[in-house]
Amino acid sequence: MQEIHNLMGGFAVALSWFNLMLMFAGIVLGVIIGVLPGLGGANGVAILLPLTFSMAQQPGGATSAIILLSCIYWGALFGGAITSILFNIPGEPWSVATTFDGYPLGQKGRAGAALTAAFTSSFVGALVGVLLITFLSPIVARFALQFGPPEFFSVYLLTFCAFVGMSKGSPFKTIASMMLGFALAAVGIDTVTGQLRMTFGFEVLLKGFDFLIAVIGLFGIGEILLTIEEGLEFKGASAKLNMRVVIETWKELPRYWKTSIRSSAVGCLMGIVPGGATPASFMSYGLAKKMSRDGEKFGTGMVEGVVAPETAAHAAGTSALLPMITLGVPGSPTAAVLLGGLLIWGLQPGPLLFVEKPDFVWGLIASMYLGNIMGLIVVLTCVPLFAAILRVPFSIIAPVILVICAIGAYTVHSSMFDVWLMLLFGVMGYVFKKLDYPLAPLVLALVLGDRAEDSFRQSMLMSQGDMRIFYANTLVGSITTLSLLLLFWPLISTAIDFARAKMKRA
Amino acid sequence: MEEEQQGRAIGSVRVWEIVVAALFFIFAAVVVWDSRRLGAQWGSDGPQAGYFPFYIGVFILVSSGVNLLAAIVSGPAGRAPFVYWGQLKMILIVMLPSFIYVALIANPWFGLGIYVASAIFIALFMVYLGKYGWATTAAVSIGTMFVFFLMFEIWFRVPLPKGPLETLFGFN
Repeated sequence: MQEIHNLMGGFAVALSWFNLMLMFAGIVLGVIIGVLPGLGGANGVAILLPLTFSMAQQPGGATSAIILLSCIYWGALFGGAITSILFNIPGEPWSVATTFDGYPLGQKGRAGAALTAAFTSSFVGALVGVLLITFLSPIVARFALQFGPPEFFSVYLLTFCAFVGMSKGSPFKTIASMMLGFALAAVGIDTVTGQLRMTFGFEVLLKGFDFLIAVIGLFGIGEILLTIEEGLEFKGASAKLNMRVVIETWKELPRYWKTSIRSSAVGCLMGIVPGGATPASFMSYGLAKKMSRDGEKFGTGMVEGVVAPETAAHAAGTSALLPMITLGVPGSPTAAVLLGGLLIWGLQPGPLLFVEKPDFVWGLIASMYLGNIMGLIVVLTCVPLFAAILRVPFSIIAPVILVICAIGAYTVHSSMFDVWLMLLFGVMGYVFKKLDYPLAPLVLALVLGDRAEDSFRQSMLMSQGDMRIFYANTLVGSITTLSLLLLFWPLISTAIDFARAKMKRA
Repeated sequence: MEEEQQGRAIGSVRVWEIVVAALFFIFAAVVVWDSRRLGAQWGSDGPQAGYFPFYIGVFILVSSGVNLLAAIVSGPAGRAPFVYWGQLKMILIVMLPSFIYVALIANPWFGLGIYVASAIFIALFMVYLGKYGWATTAAVSIGTMFVFFLMFEIWFRVPLPKGPLETLFGFN
């Protein structure tokens, strides 16, 4: 059991007082971020990333930095449930499905039970995700060590095709938004030839568009604008959580073991394949509704209806880090921001990370266990405190969040131009959201653009421009085929539906 | 929300779909044009600088073309209002001061620095939207920025833009 041994080494790294303190700080900050409208996992981590620059310079500092940032992510995952249940406001997109049964439960005076169920099942989902990472990621990384440029490009292709295939809305909007990300990533100095691309003589464009600015603007400012448009009025159930309610709910939870297992499986799958936590939570809610004995009563306040989406969202959010650390391909926008962090700290994400920086990788994995245990304790004990944040009037919260976004955008490169860009991205995020252009593919393309282009160019150099290199062996061929299948999935599924309808009529 | 409360609609979803798709189209045309300028073909030593972006541009051209057509032929869904005047007003109330705020932080003529500009920004929101008294407003806005100052300049040592006030106290 090499993994267990490595994991113990990881615990030795993560269990220092300094790292434990960072974990605690990260969780608390993360829950606050998750509760606040306009701040979420992705842009919360993006805003705080610059604060880790100097920390990461110290020996072992990169591990501490990733522990801090990943714990913010866990905290945000936990925090999203609080506002969904108490205020019917999903703090995070993946907690929308939690409102379906969580809010009715709160209205019935069972907010405590709903919160306990949400936090506990989040924890279970995360635990399954971390176990998966612990035992699967070394295997994936070892396997990926043999990858060359064509294989890496095909994995990128798979990531992006999955977005098209899994998107609920128009696939052409997904493609447009994704390609916009690639185009913006190409702006600036071309790393291979040194030529300037799409700068049109503007000096500020030389260094290109930083995805952190895009994340802060699109998700932060854009989200605030959408919230403002709704007209903010917080009317919430009171948040009381005493030990008796917690224990009673825990006694009830084992009844839903089937839902838990199913939701964890759905979550892990959707997290690894870049579908993300949000569709996973919806899918798992839908499945639970279909398969549960109390299916018809879903939506009126069933504990099981909280268990399903929360387990899946947390499992997906956690396992989204698996492709990030093993292949350098993030499964979600937040994982993309963490990947950006690794690059800034001078670490090369990908299979070599396991060989060259084992204490970093295993320290991170160990911190996932500790961070989630700590997160569960923090949220169970401090719910009233966090809920109180939403009672701060909007006229104070909105400008403070805007100020935090501006500071976050500035600190990335110490550049005022970035703050202006952030505002523009904010307006863009608002319009895109209203017209159903997905934002996640844009951000992922912006992060991976250069790497995808490099692997494409290297592949083309290897084959002298022959596209058949993406079918040169079984491995790359099957990934490419899978990608194309996913890309054309909207068409294929329409064709299947059409054929089925015809069969029925005949 | 009721329509009377929110005022009239500013453009239908269809109109805005068309505008956004057209902007995508123009952007893509620029990408394609610039990639052609750099050379989007196979050079003597491999793909040229515009090789990859050229195809990206083509992809955007095609997909935004489809989006444009889909918007034009969109049925009842396209006639839905994009945003009501009441909503837009709220957004402008937030966005316009934000632009002024960013301009005040640093500009070639007279920058206030991020701390002072932010304190004023928060204070204005509290007075105009929150109807707070001056004492509460001053306490919250100055207090928040003081904590941020300690956090960024002293603890994390991440320098932010500063103005005349900070210089007065000896920080640069």
